[in-house]
Amino acid sequence: MNRKLKDKIFRFIIYISVCVVVFVFLFITIYVVYKGFSSINLDFFIRLPKPVGEKGGGMVNAIVGSFMIVCLAALFSVPLSILTGIYLSEYKNEKFANVVRSALEILSGVPSIIIGIFVYGLVVVPMKRFSLLAGSIALSIIMLPLIAKTTEEMLNMIPLSIKEAGLALGLKKWKVVFYILLNTAKPGVLTGILLSLARVFGETAPLLFTSFGNRFWHRSILEPAAALPLQIFVYAIAPYDDWNRQAWAGAFVLIVLVCILIFLSRRLILKYK
Amino acid sequence: MESIKIKIENFSAWYGEHQVLKNISFDIYKNKVTAIIGPSGCGKSTLIRCINRLHEVVPQTKINGKIYIDEKNIYDPDVDPMEIRKKVGMVFQQPNPFPTMTIFDNVAIGLKLNGLRDKKQIYEIVIQALNEAGLYEEVKNKLDAYATRLSGGQQQRLCIARALALRPEIILFDEPCSALDPISTAKIEDTIVKLKENHTVIIVTHNLQQAARVADYTAFLFLGELIEYGPTNSLFTAPKMKKTEEYIRGVFG
Amino acid sequence: MRKKDYSDKVFEVILKLSAAISLSIVILLVLVLIKHSFLSIKTFKLRFFINTVWDPVFEKFGALPFIYGTLLTSFLALVISVPISISIALFLSEFAERKLKEFLSVVITLLAAIPSVIYGLWGIFVLAPIMRNYVGPILQKFFGFLPFFQGNIYGLDYLSASVVLSIMITPTISSISKELFDAVPKNLKEAALALGATKYEMIKISVLKTTKVGIIAAILLGLGRAIGETMAVTMIIGNIPNISLSLFSSGATLASVIANEFAEATEDLYLSSLYYIGLVLFLVTLILNIISKFLIKHLSKTK
Repeated sequence: MNRKLKDKIFRFIIYISVCVVVFVFLFITIYVVYKGFSSINLDFFIRLPKPVGEKGGGMVNAIVGSFMIVCLAALFSVPLSILTGIYLSEYKNEKFANVVRSALEILSGVPSIIIGIFVYGLVVVPMKRFSLLAGSIALSIIMLPLIAKTTEEMLNMIPLSIKEAGLALGLKKWKVVFYILLNTAKPGVLTGILLSLARVFGETAPLLFTSFGNRFWHRSILEPAAALPLQIFVYAIAPYDDWNRQAWAGAFVLIVLVCILIFLSRRLILKYK
Repeated sequence: MESIKIKIENFSAWYGEHQVLKNISFDIYKNKVTAIIGPSGCGKSTLIRCINRLHEVVPQTKINGKIYIDEKNIYDPDVDPMEIRKKVGMVFQQPNPFPTMTIFDNVAIGLKLNGLRDKKQIYEIVIQALNEAGLYEEVKNKLDAYATRLSGGQQQRLCIARALALRPEIILFDEPCSALDPISTAKIEDTIVKLKENHTVIIVTHNLQQAARVADYTAFLFLGELIEYGPTNSLFTAPKMKKTEEYIRGVFG
Repeated sequence: MRKKDYSDKVFEVILKLSAAISLSIVILLVLVLIKHSFLSIKTFKLRFFINTVWDPVFEKFGALPFIYGTLLTSFLALVISVPISISIALFLSEFAERKLKEFLSVVITLLAAIPSVIYGLWGIFVLAPIMRNYVGPILQKFFGFLPFFQGNIYGLDYLSASVVLSIMITPTISSISKELFDAVPKNLKEAALALGATKYEMIKISVLKTTKVGIIAAILLGLGRAIGETMAVTMIIGNIPNISLSLFSSGATLASVIANEFAEATEDLYLSSLYYIGLVLFLVTLILNIISKFLIKHLSKTK
């Protein structure tokens, strides 16, 4: 009897845990969506922030800023990561490859705030200014190990026979790798890229001391720029009610964008199944 | 008198420390089908992978000896393996069409990546290759479909078309039907026999009946050595070596 | 005929160069951290870890309050999260049928995808008031004799930060654990059931025992994540560098103090001390990740 009781208690704990998690999830998402959606107005999307303390205004510069920072980060990281991933797959037994692989593993475990102060010391200090560029560099460093690992894994999954078929057509090795193997790995690699974009789009810490934020438009990538997560942070901890409201609006927009990216990546996997 | 297309001379090959081919010598005749038979592990696949220099792509492999194609040793230091592979096509044991490409692209990719730009020419060659491979009728309405949608037998014929698109003089088949059903096998055997009109064909097979059906000449390999080589008919009906006779009678392999 | 060598060789060079660039980024990271923390290391050496005073005005910098805050919130987060994460993982692996499984997987994925700053926002405006007005007083009523539950309840404190952290690390621990549980061979489980074991006993014997090492690795990874988590913690913990036994008091963590004070640190020693903290944070998460990976490797060796 004792045994059956233990079993029952065990199942009970499990079901409770599941309920807790689902409840917390629904609580958070429904609250954010509801509060966020009701805080949105058209101004949010088309207006700049108003001077401190004044009601109204929007986050248009932050939304655009986020897109620009992330796009530039992708421009830096995607080619570099894919090439690194190809190297790790093609030369997997070389000692240097093992060193690089370990280094990337270390990088992927570094807290993003550390990446932020790293890029501060590397880019912001010599340039003597905060900039959109520095923010993009910070985000690209976060994306690098993610995309490289995905590329390496996807390439490793391709059967040797496909590579041999390519070589048997009398093609140079680099053509086989680039046009055939990479082509075969494309769905997985694209998914990895989309997922890492979704991840960095919501990152705040690495931008705190690089892109820094801006209440106006940045005039070039060499100037500080506003970003959505940054703006949410600043507005959330501020004592102004209207700013708090805008923080919720920003959170709503941010979550929607992240979900769209994740949804796209899932569609991509399904399409190529 | 048959003309010699490929001359294999004192050829040996190793995987690491293990010697897979031991001093093989024989001639392969132009526009004939030559079968290479023998029990598993006797080196037949290794031999043909040396003919298109695919063997050396695997790390820690070694070769010794010469293989002449049209009187030029393909292992000469100034020979580019890539050029050899354009002249020598290969069809593998498991059908391996490029999975993310369409039927058309699978056949065309070899041409495109080798520099052919003329779309009309590419189209013509692809259609011709599909015809020669005996696949065109079945896929002519779905050239844009993904290659992985085809059945196993169709995929293998697609791989044949892919190799034929480059108009190779020599085609190597590495146990092409071992993963296929009897009907697909029959279709491919038909294709192989038709191909010898314009190509020199070498087929590795562990199926003796298949060798008897399609090959003009047969070479019997055992544990890396060439035991016997001759016209298929005489090798099967009146083998000269005891081992050959035992193998054909089914004692081992 | 030598033309052939060029494009393959060029490609190889490009690949190796890219890999070298990636490697050098990591090396630069370490170098920059060391360079900028050097002043503080020279000034405080190892006393940095036991000094309890963090006073930018008098240039006295000690990291103990933040080490305390980090350890407290991370371990508390683990205490809350680990039982729930493992339960979820067991549920997904041993109990759930397809529709519920898919739904729960989506839930976990989305929980992992929510940006930290949104957890912080929710923490400030939803969780903190709940803790302040309901949960805190109840805890104080029943457990107020313990030093952990004494003092004024602010809402933006160790306890709230720990709760949010626990939510954030649950996806990490549960998805790794689920994969471990899925990997247990079916015949091992069936052997236990065939002996008449209850499901609980079967899980205890066949699943939990064999995956013990892997679960520890998963927990270590979750711990690493909790230690490095910045935004949500900064927004909820109150950012006061003190050391207090009461879970209701505000505090700070290694990550939160950097986020909070880096922009104002104009003096060299101040900035350098923050980099020193960054270096410590980097090393701690690095060691945790190494141990975790080592355990996972050891797991597959003993198979």
